[in-house]
Amino acid sequence: MEQTILFTLNGKAMHLTADPQRMLVWVLRDDLGHTGTKVGCGAGLCGACTVLVDDEPTLSCSTPLADVVGRSVVTIEGLAKDGILHPVQQAFQEHNAFQCGYCTPGMILRACALLKKKPRATRAEILEHMEGNLCRCGAHVRIVAAIEAAGKSMGGAL
Amino acid sequence: MKRRDFFKTTGATGLFILFRNYLEAAPQLVPTRPAGYPKDFNAYLRIGGDGRVGCFVGKVEMGQGNMTSLAMLAAEELDVPLERVDMLMGDTDLCPWDGGTGGSLSIWQFGPVLCGAAAEARAVLLQMAGEHLQVPVDQLEVKAGVVSVKGAQAKQVTYGQLVQGKRIERHIAEVKLKPVSAYMLVGTPAPRKDAQEMVLGAVRFTADQRMPGTLHACIVRPPAHGATLKSVDTSAAERMPGVRVLRDGNLVAVLHASPDQARKALGLVKATFEGPPPALDDVTIRRHLASKLASGKVSVQEGDLKAAEARAATPVEAEYFNAYVAHAALEPHAALAEWKDGRMTVWAGVQAPFPVKAQVAEALKLPAKQVRIITPHIGGAFGGKAAGPQAVEAARLALKAGAPVQVVWDRREEFFLDTFRPAAVVKIRSGLDPAGRIAFWDHAVSGTSDREAEIGYEIPAKRVSSTGDGGDLGTTVSGLHPFPTGAWRAPGANTNVFARESHMDLLAARAHVDPLAFRLRHLTDKRVIRVLEAAAERFGWVAGATPSGRGVGVACGAWRGTLVAAMAEVAVDKKTGQVRVKRVVLAQDMGVVINPDGARQQMEGAITMGIGYALSEGIRFKDGRILDENFDTYQIPRFSWIPVIDTVLVPNPDLQAQGCGEPPIVCMGAVIANAIHDAVGVRVFELPMTPERVLEAIKKG
Repeated sequence: MEQTILFTLNGKAMHLTADPQRMLVWVLRDDLGHTGTKVGCGAGLCGACTVLVDDEPTLSCSTPLADVVGRSVVTIEGLAKDGILHPVQQAFQEHNAFQCGYCTPGMILRACALLKKKPRATRAEILEHMEGNLCRCGAHVRIVAAIEAAGKSMGGAL
Repeated sequence: MKRRDFFKTTGATGLFILFRNYLEAAPQLVPTRPAGYPKDFNAYLRIGGDGRVGCFVGKVEMGQGNMTSLAMLAAEELDVPLERVDMLMGDTDLCPWDGGTGGSLSIWQFGPVLCGAAAEARAVLLQMAGEHLQVPVDQLEVKAGVVSVKGAQAKQVTYGQLVQGKRIERHIAEVKLKPVSAYMLVGTPAPRKDAQEMVLGAVRFTADQRMPGTLHACIVRPPAHGATLKSVDTSAAERMPGVRVLRDGNLVAVLHASPDQARKALGLVKATFEGPPPALDDVTIRRHLASKLASGKVSVQEGDLKAAEARAATPVEAEYFNAYVAHAALEPHAALAEWKDGRMTVWAGVQAPFPVKAQVAEALKLPAKQVRIITPHIGGAFGGKAAGPQAVEAARLALKAGAPVQVVWDRREEFFLDTFRPAAVVKIRSGLDPAGRIAFWDHAVSGTSDREAEIGYEIPAKRVSSTGDGGDLGTTVSGLHPFPTGAWRAPGANTNVFARESHMDLLAARAHVDPLAFRLRHLTDKRVIRVLEAAAERFGWVAGATPSGRGVGVACGAWRGTLVAAMAEVAVDKKTGQVRVKRVVLAQDMGVVINPDGARQQMEGAITMGIGYALSEGIRFKDGRILDENFDTYQIPRFSWIPVIDTVLVPNPDLQAQGCGEPPIVCMGAVIANAIHDAVGVRVFELPMTPERVLEAIKKG
């Protein structure tokens, strides 16, 4: 049954009438036009649909709309501010930390969540944190290097 | 060079071959290419009044970075900054014909065509500038799209001013291509042109394309290969608000304005299927393929195999096997089709937009000119998007629906409908002469082609045979395989190099010789020797007979004119059989390197992807059902698997740019198998080398 759903998307208040059981990713992509969030496996197994919900990396393909009521959702579209890239985006760009780019939004958002909590994350912590996000092209080494560089630029340098 | 030579047509084959001065030294490496590329440079290049260069190519960007490297080539030959080149790719209305993107051919095969076009455009522009400035052409120079008089910089005119966005109606028969030594841009690392869009999430893949009124279609699929639709009851689905059901022959689809609602409606469809399932499964396939070994076609026959075998000490015979492997690109197959004003336009993530255009036209019984394929960025393909079945599905449904229709496969469809890399069996029989040299080599492969069975080891008697038909050159359904197979990054080569390079180590061990030295002993090709030596130097290879307990391995290979040597270090957990790849060094001679950073990305990616087929990836199937349906059971490499990667670009500026996307993956099965053997003294003959198989090998001793 459709009902009124309130949440924040990239800092803006959202007021939708929707079935709360629909998965967030479809609402983001189709109702709200935020196609930066990708669908890879549809079952919470690849991380391509990762968004931030109250700063926590969340698999939007497996998260019903009901779960984000009253919470703050950030997608890749909401990361750059006033035309300035987020340090993680900047680092991904500088390291060419992508090939086809399909997993990139999910990778960037998951990395943001880690570095916000822990800019000095060790390499082992980065690997563990990123483990659930898949990249078929094999950009992993550059993704890790980009996250390390972003951590430094976000105040993690020793 | 004369223009007519530039597109010289060889009468017998209808192929035209590009001749370029520096190629003459290595004529065997000149690729042949289909005759379909237009000869008029205007097909590839358009110069705007603002001096920006529009570069139109039928190739597609699927992560390999050819959008950047092709732009570099055009910018280099034209003498314009890279930032000023705008790439338009894979649109069959706007771009010149192309046979498809794959086979590491974007640069090797198409690069010279684009360079030739840009060089001619530059020459024409110089002529026009000479007339404009009223000075002879030889007194002109070009910098960043500005033509000026040598020694009198103030006298200048820009490309943009000369052309003013118009089509250039002038041509020049004599085209001089820039020598490699004069390259300013090519050979210098360049960032990807699409990098900013990528990190902003602004790149619109096919499933991200939106059209007002689009219906999302989910298609009724059989549960197993070999099953065809018998009956279908869509009444429950049709009761869902907003759902439409369309049927076109055996194509039954439910459509809804929201993709998730369409998927939900599909779940309400009751369909029955009939037909006998294929008898083979992922275990019995091996014996099935092995039983066909003897029927292979002989492609290489040199020396007297029988006599050589008689002279050799004990023959060393082994059978190698690899499982079916999925492409598993992160982006599922997708297409959006719109029927409007008597034309069908299909946005589709396909590797070959022009062949897919023909495919769609044929399916719809339309003249080809009424079909347009537009290829957005592709989220990985690896051969798996060579054909465009989803484009045909979307087009058929759009024609019926009277509305734009989008088809996006889900992950289960991806695994079920994939044209897998074929399973294959290779049997090699070989032996050493009393001096420890290879006396003979008999390589038989079943399930795929013989590609890269040979690397040119000096062996007096050899034979290669193969059953072929693994879909190397296109998707195929054959009597060999229970479902369609197709090209998968370096088709045929991964299978044959795994077997050949594993077997080289078997023989080296038999001869008690260091495996690198053993290879070098049988090689005369300087390029192979050089990449092996380069890898050894970077790796810090310490010679010794295997198994040494150190867990190091070597393998070499060739693909698309590129020579590759790989060295790896692994750790094997003897209790669990778990293999961890700790370090990989990959050295590659690919001729002229267009974008060194792009080349390294391909090498890093290939190493990573290669670890997957070496250690974990193998499709399980039974009764026609594909048992792996998602990334829970089908494990592709993850962050924690990634070794320390070191890539070495062995310079070879005298050779035209060769292939890059595929070559670095071909050694990965063998180099890891060889390193495992070096670590624990047992050899695994089957890919993937799962912990169970490694453990079984250890137990057997």
